[in-house]
Amino acid sequence: MSTAANDAPRSRGKAPAGERVADWADGRLGIYSLAKANMRKIFPDHWSFMLGEICLYSFIIIILTGVYLTLFFHPSMNEVTYHGSYVPMQGQLMSEAYKSTLDISFDVRGGLLIRQIHHWAAIIFLAGMFVHMMRVFFTGAFRKPREINWLFGFLLFVLGMFTGFTGYSLPDDLLSGTGVRFTQGAILSMPVVGTYISMFLFGGEFPGTDFVARFYSIHILLLPGIMLGLVVGHLILVFYHKHTQFAGPGKTNKNVVGMPLLPVYMAKAGGFFFLVFGVIAAVAGLVSVNPIWAIGPYRPDQVSTGAQPDWYMGFAEGLVRAMPGWEINAWGHTLVLGVFIPLVIFGIFLALIALYPFIESWVTGDKREHHILDRPRNAPTRTAFGVAWVTAYMVMLIGGGNDIVATHFHLSINAVTWFVRIGFFAGPVIAFIVTKRICLGLQRRDKEKVLHGRESGIIKRLPHGEFIEVHEPLSQEQLHTLTAHEQYKPAEIGPTVDENGVERKAKGTDKLRAKLSEAYYGEESQIPKPTVEEYKEITSGHGHH
Amino acid sequence: MKKLSARRRHPLAALVVLLLALACTGGLYAAFAPAGKAQADETAQSLAIDEGKKLYAVGCASCHGTGGQGTSDGPSLVGVGAAAVDFQVGTGRMPAQQPGAQVPKKKVIYSQAEIDQLASYIASLGAGPSVPSEEKYGPEGADIAKGGELFRTNCAQCHNFTGKGGALTHGKYAPTLEDVDPKHIYEAMQTGPQNMPSFPDTTLSEQNKKDIIAYLDAVNGDETVDPGGLSLGGLGPVSEGLFGWIFGLGACIAVAVWVAARTAKAKKS
Amino acid sequence: MSSQDIPEENLPAEQDAPHGAVKVADEENPFADPGLPPHEHRIQDIDEQAAKRSERAVALLFTVSMLATIGFIASFVAIPHDKSIFIWPLGHINAMNFALGLTLGVALFTIGAGAVHWARTLMSDEEVADERHAIEADTETRAKVHADFKQGAKESVIGRRKLIRNTMLGALTLVPLSGVVLLRDLGPLPGTKLRHTLWSKGKLLVNMNTNEPMRPSDIGVGSLTFAKPEGLEEHDHDFQNEIAKAALMIIRLEPDSIKDKRELEWSHEGIVAYSKICTHVGCPISLYEQQTHHALCPCHQSTFDLADGARVIFGPAGHPLPQLRIGVNDEGYLEALSDFEEPVGPAFWERG
Repeated sequence: MSTAANDAPRSRGKAPAGERVADWADGRLGIYSLAKANMRKIFPDHWSFMLGEICLYSFIIIILTGVYLTLFFHPSMNEVTYHGSYVPMQGQLMSEAYKSTLDISFDVRGGLLIRQIHHWAAIIFLAGMFVHMMRVFFTGAFRKPREINWLFGFLLFVLGMFTGFTGYSLPDDLLSGTGVRFTQGAILSMPVVGTYISMFLFGGEFPGTDFVARFYSIHILLLPGIMLGLVVGHLILVFYHKHTQFAGPGKTNKNVVGMPLLPVYMAKAGGFFFLVFGVIAAVAGLVSVNPIWAIGPYRPDQVSTGAQPDWYMGFAEGLVRAMPGWEINAWGHTLVLGVFIPLVIFGIFLALIALYPFIESWVTGDKREHHILDRPRNAPTRTAFGVAWVTAYMVMLIGGGNDIVATHFHLSINAVTWFVRIGFFAGPVIAFIVTKRICLGLQRRDKEKVLHGRESGIIKRLPHGEFIEVHEPLSQEQLHTLTAHEQYKPAEIGPTVDENGVERKAKGTDKLRAKLSEAYYGEESQIPKPTVEEYKEITSGHGHH
Repeated sequence: MKKLSARRRHPLAALVVLLLALACTGGLYAAFAPAGKAQADETAQSLAIDEGKKLYAVGCASCHGTGGQGTSDGPSLVGVGAAAVDFQVGTGRMPAQQPGAQVPKKKVIYSQAEIDQLASYIASLGAGPSVPSEEKYGPEGADIAKGGELFRTNCAQCHNFTGKGGALTHGKYAPTLEDVDPKHIYEAMQTGPQNMPSFPDTTLSEQNKKDIIAYLDAVNGDETVDPGGLSLGGLGPVSEGLFGWIFGLGACIAVAVWVAARTAKAKKS
Repeated sequence: MSSQDIPEENLPAEQDAPHGAVKVADEENPFADPGLPPHEHRIQDIDEQAAKRSERAVALLFTVSMLATIGFIASFVAIPHDKSIFIWPLGHINAMNFALGLTLGVALFTIGAGAVHWARTLMSDEEVADERHAIEADTETRAKVHADFKQGAKESVIGRRKLIRNTMLGALTLVPLSGVVLLRDLGPLPGTKLRHTLWSKGKLLVNMNTNEPMRPSDIGVGSLTFAKPEGLEEHDHDFQNEIAKAALMIIRLEPDSIKDKRELEWSHEGIVAYSKICTHVGCPISLYEQQTHHALCPCHQSTFDLADGARVIFGPAGHPLPQLRIGVNDEGYLEALSDFEEPVGPAFWERG
């Protein structure tokens, strides 16, 4: 924007060039009213607020490098013989897609670097989205008015998974081809429509000669196009809602405290783009990713052990690996539950976290806007639910790599699979209970701190010989920060007799809500925060210790 | 694993190998020179069988039976051939320490001369594949690319794309092929040790085997180039994902912490 | 009961919200928000020397970036693209990729580091509070919008002229069908394609490795061989599709160790031919353990007992591997006696 214009001297009565350009644009685009609202927009400083930026920047990096790769990649499954510079593939039959990927890696200068940046950025993009989503979840940043943005983010994560999958399938190498084969098998397992979808997707029988070209347009056009739209929407909403902030002195639900976009965040966020790009470029220069030359071209009768998808598909892979082989044959039809159930669980499991904001707001019945973030400990049930979800996810990630786990920890692969089968159900329950306990413990400690002050580590001997540790009272800033969180009371079903004395039957949903609300905010689930009276009684009563 | 391969590629490794080779040559010369000249081959052969039988009675008979007929603790060795002995004893798998899902590779306890004697004895029990000569597994005349295709068809399903090894059922595993003597790879294909199926010359020709060994040397040898950089064990997406999370995203988050942190305030005087 | 009915006292009280001004400790309410703490200066704000140092640091970072970019271009031009170097602990790696990645990384990172250092040390770090405004419209706006909408709807007469509304909805519902119909030619209908393979009576079993037909004597007990149907060559245009169904794994067992009667019947002198394609989702399954006779799938660990009709003994596969009935022809070569009797590969709805 036209910063130069502001400080430039206006000596000859004529506005400086930058200002004139800005005026010209404003007359046509109305940029000044847009800039007025946004140029000094305030952003709070916290490292966890930058996780989303990591995703945004890796997404931009992926687009930039992806465009470069399209200049050299041939999305074709025509069979060719390799005569490039990689010796162990000389004379091998392979698809043009695979050959052009080899050429990018060996014969285009810098091509390998860009390929590796593209792939590493994709891995980091998805990992970043996962962590960003968890940050938003555990701090309650998804609450009103941000539910829609939560859904945008969730869709970005899911679309990112499928963009990644279609992307790493493009080189038509043996590893990704095995993954495509799995996908085709999974599609076949769908009742009624499976075979048709498979035939239509692959242009006939697997593998056919079409899927690379079709995945290509999905990978470079369809999915990223939708994602780009969602990203823009996501960012507009972030600007519109203004960023959330943690409780603290001067920070209220009605303001946002931080630094202005221009200049501080322009420099910090702009600089952070280069920092992220720099890290990924260096990683791509130092560490190999998806060395397709070592993997070989795809052939449906060849395979390698250790066949895994990229990490973000590992959850689905784990589900499929852990599932027992159920299959029902009846009336001339086959229901392939061994594959179909994991597909369904995969969908439900993701939907669970996507719909969580709506579930929680239904339970609390809270329709107010929330701009102050929760500390995870102050929402024990939500935090416990989130940790349980992550636990199930992680267990299945282990399941997706059960063979690598088995060889590297000298375990039996069958034992690892059984661990995953049990862990998927037991793990979240244990995690839920443990997390809730920890949260409550932390809440108690906070309460202790507020009422009795901070342990100073100074031991004092009283005149009568008793040793005590001196507790320093907290400052008002700290007292405020530790007591700023809101605590709900459990909702009740409400009177079953209305004002006219007519009896009303409590609906099942009401009962469910009351039960959930009790589970969320009952005595078992939160430690009442210290009140001013308690504080005054203790501080005035018997000194600070 | 990374550490191991790094050490293997240590610049001094070549020197150590050279010294070892010199020592071995000297030792072998000392062991064979006086005997080799004077005696006729046949006598040498029967002498070797006798010596091998003695070694067998001490080290192997308790499991494989006094005549190699096998017991409940070990399979019959009649007809397994010299190649099997050379592989099993030459890689330290035999004599086994304890029964288990799989007998692992370990330190070799017999000298090559003793192994040869053992092999002669076992070979005398029944015809089987003999120890391959060097031209069978040497790099001359091998087609690396063809070897790659054969490897992916026959071997990669257990040993991974480039021979990094992989899991089998109930704690068994296909070992890594890194640092395995080409001769032993050849023998393993021929004889099918433990749960590995055999790939006899009738179905995987001598030339096929030679190609496979050449391919392995190209993609999993001491001088193999990993163009992209650190290979992360060659294990594929699991190690890549871990690295991406810990170092890729980890570095980005570390940077984010710096970006968002408060700048140090001037000390109040 | 809708959520609006939740009694107000169950919702936590709104935080009372003083903002901006710095307040002194509150005797009444020690937990009250004291307001933004006073701004403290950084060294750079009060010491011009320190600010100069920061400026030089930022400039240095930007200069390093320029040098790194020059280094990038120099590496691109000077390093042969197939040169490899040994770098501890990375191993033998491509010199150009290493140089380009590192220089590009440094060039980008130092721009970022410079900008951030500039922002952190030289730009104002005074925290500012910005008011939030309610997102919901006020009642007046809300009423106006509703009224406008009703007015518009009324003027369109859509509520009154039901015929128009209904036919329009009908047209709009039908028109996307053209798009769906257009997708029809993405691929053929399944038909019985998944049920047949290239195998048929008399087709010889050709060894994948040697491309030769096989005799029973070629296959030893404990060996593993992969086979394709005679006449299918690697450069055939439909090789991939055909091998995806026809790939065979051939093993030889001692006939008396075969537990399944049908397996024994369909084998030849203990030589058994199973489909190499896993019945779970179609990975080529061939991790054959010759002592246990188990075959493991490397993708999802389905385990089949090849000595017992390829029964599934572990993992997610739902049914045994299909077996191919084999025999020997007049010239002593192994041949198929029929196609597979059931579809190979993953199960599907119409499989039955």
